[in-house]
Amino acid sequence: MSEVTLVEAVNLALARAMEDDADVVVLGEDVGINGGVFRATVGLQTRFGAERVLDTPLAELLISGLCVGMAVQGLKPVGEIQFMGFLYPCIDQLVNHASRIRNRTQGRLTCPMVLRTPHGAGIRAPEHHSESTEAMLAHIPGLRVVIPSSPERAYGLLLAAIRDPDPVVFLEPTRLYRAAKGEVEDNGEALPLDVAFVLREGRDVTLISWGAMLKETTAAADALAAEGIAAEVIDLATLKPYDEVTVLGSIAKTGRCVIVHEATRTGGFGAEIAALIAERGLTSLLAPVARVTGYDTVIPMARLEQHMMPSVGRIVTAARKACQFS
Amino acid sequence: MADGGLPVIARFEVRHRNYLAPDGSINRPLPAFASDASLLASLYRAMVLLRNFDRKAVALQRTGRLGTYAVSLGQEAVSVGIASAMRDEDVLLPSYRDNGALIWRGVKPEEILLFWGGDERGNHFSGPVQDFPFCVPVGSQAPHAAGVAYAFKLRKEPRVAVCMFGDGATSKGDVYEAMNFAGVHKLPVVFVATNNQWAISVPLRLQTASETLAQKAIAAGFIGEQVDGSDVVAVRAAAEEAICAARDGQGPRFIEALTYRLGDHTTSDDASRYRPEAEVQARWKEEPIARLRAFLAGQKMWSKADEEQLSAECHERVEAAVERYLATEPRRPETMFDHLYADLPEAYVAQRRQLAGEGDV
Repeated sequence: MSEVTLVEAVNLALARAMEDDADVVVLGEDVGINGGVFRATVGLQTRFGAERVLDTPLAELLISGLCVGMAVQGLKPVGEIQFMGFLYPCIDQLVNHASRIRNRTQGRLTCPMVLRTPHGAGIRAPEHHSESTEAMLAHIPGLRVVIPSSPERAYGLLLAAIRDPDPVVFLEPTRLYRAAKGEVEDNGEALPLDVAFVLREGRDVTLISWGAMLKETTAAADALAAEGIAAEVIDLATLKPYDEVTVLGSIAKTGRCVIVHEATRTGGFGAEIAALIAERGLTSLLAPVARVTGYDTVIPMARLEQHMMPSVGRIVTAARKACQFS
Repeated sequence: MADGGLPVIARFEVRHRNYLAPDGSINRPLPAFASDASLLASLYRAMVLLRNFDRKAVALQRTGRLGTYAVSLGQEAVSVGIASAMRDEDVLLPSYRDNGALIWRGVKPEEILLFWGGDERGNHFSGPVQDFPFCVPVGSQAPHAAGVAYAFKLRKEPRVAVCMFGDGATSKGDVYEAMNFAGVHKLPVVFVATNNQWAISVPLRLQTASETLAQKAIAAGFIGEQVDGSDVVAVRAAAEEAICAARDGQGPRFIEALTYRLGDHTTSDDASRYRPEAEVQARWKEEPIARLRAFLAGQKMWSKADEEQLSAECHERVEAAVERYLATEPRRPETMFDHLYADLPEAYVAQRRQLAGEGDV
């Protein structure tokens, strides 16, 4: 077991999947000799050849559409989109084809593809490089939307995504690519999809988040602990479909909930969780469900982006308020 | 040297292929397969069946027993000509107007009726199990074709992907992106643009300033050819050549089948709103079925008795398909969840149960 960064864990999972299954193909812009703009695919082309690690033309719609064609033929394509802001030309393919070809052909054709893309702000990137529009994807029936929050989960969830018989969009927290380090055993073991991870248990308030924001959320839980508030921290991990059982179970225990996401508030995925709790967990609630989110504005460029992202202070304040509600 | 003394560094040509004139006479020596009378007769039969099927489908729609339907009237030679050059193991990626290609490949007419009748089971082809279903978002199947062809190449399988779309689709980036990639990797894929002159109400001259659609292949680095899409011999000859070349590793081809949509865009459209009746009437003189019949009759390969027998057969086959379609029991509502994922995620089990009348969400 060795300590690796999150992006190295992604690389380990890709290599392992390609080693285990000759049908796994990696494709995208600059994924070959350059190893990807974040180096997630570094070394793969040397190891597996240019036919299986394929530098595509600069055309995102094409990458997603190729994945559909390959996957329907039984390959397991893993496409890379360099930044989430460039994912939008793929939406047509995800909504109209990848996510529904199993359904519209009644199981005759299936689409076991993965589309990977960095997710979120915080690396002082140029415009269109810092998006977190996961709610848009989580709205699509037939799709899976997965976001790891640590090297261990990046490795295990990516393996699971590649082995999954249905299409998965795999959102990698850009800010954690190098910042998050952890022990990862390259043993080929996948982690379960559709399952939330309880990162720490607590009685007083439930903090729910995913991806990079778990860094601040966990720090907030530490700060709350110092005040004597025991926060339960849930890493949702799979947003579509998401683990309602774990969410509702935690609310039944704590009676209070703060949802934290970097994406803008209106129509964000936090709204979905809040609605679930209102529908099916209302009687457990001791305080209104709170959301700590990005503001309803375009993600600012580098100089202001940290003001957009929820801070530890904002999360602590929201949790404290929930605990003080009477 | 060109004007200004600048050298010309490239020149291109686009060929047009035609064998049968509108009156059924021959313009140039026919390709080898045309000496096979039974093959020509089968192409003719398939076109007539398609026209009968179309007529019946429209009647069903008009009487509320079918949803919106896209007729092939005037374009029968494209569907049939292309599909007839494919092998079973090749993969077809059709647009929504390629009913004839699907039927040729073994999709049952009742399955096509089920699809247009609003039932996904119509896409569960009992015929070519790897063919794609009709593609509705125009041109978005072209990248799939490139992906399918890439899989063939990677696995060294001697198979070809055949992707069909209309003239409107060639305005989309999807089609160019797919062709560009196919050219780079010399993929075994044939792109077929059925140029029927109209993308609903938008005529070709507002669709593109290109003299031909076939020349769009030039930018992607491979051969584009125009064929007379009302001449099934020409369509089949071009398709056979392109598919063989693709199978032999020579890379992709593009075929522009020049034809005319004699009907409305769909049963929800009224083409008289945007195009003159005189234009349509003039085009009727070029339509593919009468043309092939005239040729076959001239060659003594087709008789009045043959025609009568075929009419009866088509009637019987279409009526039987309609009967099976109308007799198909509707799906239970909760089955809309059954093929959403390989295994239904726990999160949606309650919704399925609600549809089944087994409880509230």
